[in-house]
Amino acid sequence: MDFTIILQAGIASGTVLLFATIGELFSERAGVLNLGVEGMMLIGAMSAFSTTIATGNPWLGVIVAMLFAGIISQIHAFIVITLQGDQVVSGLSLTFLGAGISLVLGDGLSKAGTVALLPNFSMPLLNLIPILGKIFFTDQSVLVYIGYLLVPLAWYYINRTRPGLHLRAVGEYPSAADALGINVFRMRYFYVFVGGMLAGLAGATISLAVSPGWFSELTTGGQGWIAIGLVIFAQWDPVRAAVGSYAFGALRRLILDIQGPTMLLGFANPFYYNPYLGFFLQMLPYLFTVVVLVIGSREAMRKRIGAPAALGNPYIRGERGK
Amino acid sequence: MTQQVSPAEQNYIVEMRGIVKRFPGVLANDHVDFKLAHGEIHGLLGENGAGKSTLMNVLAGMYRQESGTVFVNGVPRVFSSPRDAIKAGIGMIHQHFMLVPSQTVTENILLGLDEPRFIMNLPEYDSKVAGLGEKYGLKVDPRAKIWQLSVGEQQRVEILKMLYRGVNVLIMDEPTAVLAPQEIEGLFVTLRAMIAQGKSVIFISHKLQEVSAIADRVSVLRKGVATASGVPSKGVSRQELARLMVGRDVIFSLDKKPCQPGEIVLDVRDIYAENDKGLPALRGLSLNVRAGEIVGVAGVAGNGQSELSQVISGMRECKQGQVLLGGDTVSNHTTLYGIQHGMAYVPEDRTHVGSAPNLSITDNVIMKKYRKPPILKNGLLDMKAATKLANELKLAYDIIVPNVTTPVRLLSGGNLQRVILAREISGLPSFMVAVQPTRGLDVGAIEGVHRLLLTQREAGAAVLLVSEELEELLSLSDRVYVIYEGKIMGEIKVEGGESDEGLVDTIGQMMTGTPLDQIQKEGVPA
Repeated sequence: MDFTIILQAGIASGTVLLFATIGELFSERAGVLNLGVEGMMLIGAMSAFSTTIATGNPWLGVIVAMLFAGIISQIHAFIVITLQGDQVVSGLSLTFLGAGISLVLGDGLSKAGTVALLPNFSMPLLNLIPILGKIFFTDQSVLVYIGYLLVPLAWYYINRTRPGLHLRAVGEYPSAADALGINVFRMRYFYVFVGGMLAGLAGATISLAVSPGWFSELTTGGQGWIAIGLVIFAQWDPVRAAVGSYAFGALRRLILDIQGPTMLLGFANPFYYNPYLGFFLQMLPYLFTVVVLVIGSREAMRKRIGAPAALGNPYIRGERGK
Repeated sequence: MTQQVSPAEQNYIVEMRGIVKRFPGVLANDHVDFKLAHGEIHGLLGENGAGKSTLMNVLAGMYRQESGTVFVNGVPRVFSSPRDAIKAGIGMIHQHFMLVPSQTVTENILLGLDEPRFIMNLPEYDSKVAGLGEKYGLKVDPRAKIWQLSVGEQQRVEILKMLYRGVNVLIMDEPTAVLAPQEIEGLFVTLRAMIAQGKSVIFISHKLQEVSAIADRVSVLRKGVATASGVPSKGVSRQELARLMVGRDVIFSLDKKPCQPGEIVLDVRDIYAENDKGLPALRGLSLNVRAGEIVGVAGVAGNGQSELSQVISGMRECKQGQVLLGGDTVSNHTTLYGIQHGMAYVPEDRTHVGSAPNLSITDNVIMKKYRKPPILKNGLLDMKAATKLANELKLAYDIIVPNVTTPVRLLSGGNLQRVILAREISGLPSFMVAVQPTRGLDVGAIEGVHRLLLTQREAGAAVLLVSEELEELLSLSDRVYVIYEGKIMGEIKVEGGESDEGLVDTIGQMMTGTPLDQIQKEGVPA
């Protein structure tokens, strides 16, 4: 087993989680919890794949995926921002809606055969760095490199720009933002849209780069939920989100690859085609998600890890100034 | 649009004419006139609920009036948002600060402005903010996060926020409510500095002595009607202002019998606890309360008062030390354990902790009694007995509602507090902790709550009263502890129940972190 190859594949698979996590992070920073990430990712994966089949242009697939998922996210935005509905219920139903739409529209796509994929390339010079160059900069999809750029950009945008300042204020203390003339409702719609687009991009990353094709709901296989857990794990910080996403990407690859070889570090491999242990290993990322969500839902813990104070609460412009 | 303006009126930077504002069921402002002159501090007096904040919220663009006109520099203006008002040079600082706790001072000041366009060069704006602070004597670190600041500092940030936006008229809603006496003096210095720079200030308050100390002219509101309009504050006595506020002469003293302290009932020994953020809130705090006395806890909000009451009532983990009630350890037990040992708790948050808003008065008053007869009958609730009890309490505690099936969320603050007190006191507690029991109540209701506390004391119960109103503490308590950053700065005996100046000064120093023994050592007049 060559660990650099596992890690190299892990980075690619982590890029899916990265896009979804950063997208959810933007939405949550604005105060809107969107549990529909999984549904929006399925929409993105399906529409990217089918657009590419129809047009032969994977870039068009990416754009359609982002727009379609972004538009679907606005259903959630309308329910929780304008109608002030419950964010958990609406987000869950968005998951089912997204899955339903993509399964209907994607019917038959799994037999469509191969399509033109997004290009893979190695980054000149950087790929010469020992070990790290091989893991991060050799034969990766263009989307992986876009992911590298997204992390510092997202961090800078949130922490060092005026719109980022407004974003943080809207998620922390919307009435203070409102009192100073910031349109809380418009901001929230916008960042839910951003979250949807990035979830769509995450879906496109699966179907056009990481594991090409359309395998109905198995395409995403619950990664949307892991992304939601990762946002909490990352304490709403893009850099931590990147660390978590890549670590989980690598873990997913490792769990797949560890079941192959007969020998492991000189011992008989206990995981070698052992379905029970294999299922157990595959369960671990989701177990982590459950644990993080349980921890993250405790009010005292949320304050401690720095959750946006207004996360999950609809903003009602009251008669009274509170 | 422009209207003919007579020369005399041009002296007024703001004029409000015939303002009417209605809320469901309440006429908050009834044809109110108000005039603010250039370069004055104008006191706006009135009881809670008199309509002061409403009137000023109309001026600041938060509310839209039903009728009446606002003139700024003689020109009629309509503000549809606070932003419009700020553009016209009018800014309001609310009682609840509108600051984002996780952001820095500078970030809060820049929030919502068009400048910077995209990239924020924070160090550049930090120095701008620092410069502005120096000009007005408002010292605050621009890079500090809001949650790290004291309430007084946060208020300075709010003022800076308005000054940064070039506001000429500053409305301050009850600015002293959250401050220690020394900080109030600092605020007054700032306000005078602003006047010297050509700004005008409207100072909303229900505290007479403050208004007569700082204001040039005074307007008084009572039940939505202006009872005085722009009277020079030198020309009126406090008694006269008080009459204008409440419509009758107020009796400032309570009928209080001498204290007969018995055994120690509550013994808090060297306790440590954390706040919700996991930061230390109580650090080695000790105090005790004897039977038959009221013991006050004074301090600026957020110095551990809430955590103290929560540890005592069993709602917060006690990291170290213990709380003894009648000799039994009650800390880190269930709240039920405390209740069974004679604890009564009147929490700060009446609507969420003190009561179940959607349940009826009956359900709320039996919450501590349903485990025992007569409410418990054959393992079931006897609703007839419960209703009977609720009706008895309604009469005894003067709860004004048509019937006891009313959900308590529909009650006024005073009535709700009486429901809570009825439940707590009727359990015949040996000890009661009451946190801010009169906050937000009107004068009549406050008097009622005070009477009930004194009755408890006379019945031989131990009472711990946590309050930010120094006057309330001094008139009710037999002893006062002063809390600062989770520690007790000292203990003061209150004789005769009057608030003399030296006592207030000493407590003020303790509230800002000087221990009592140090004050006495340095020979500062106590």
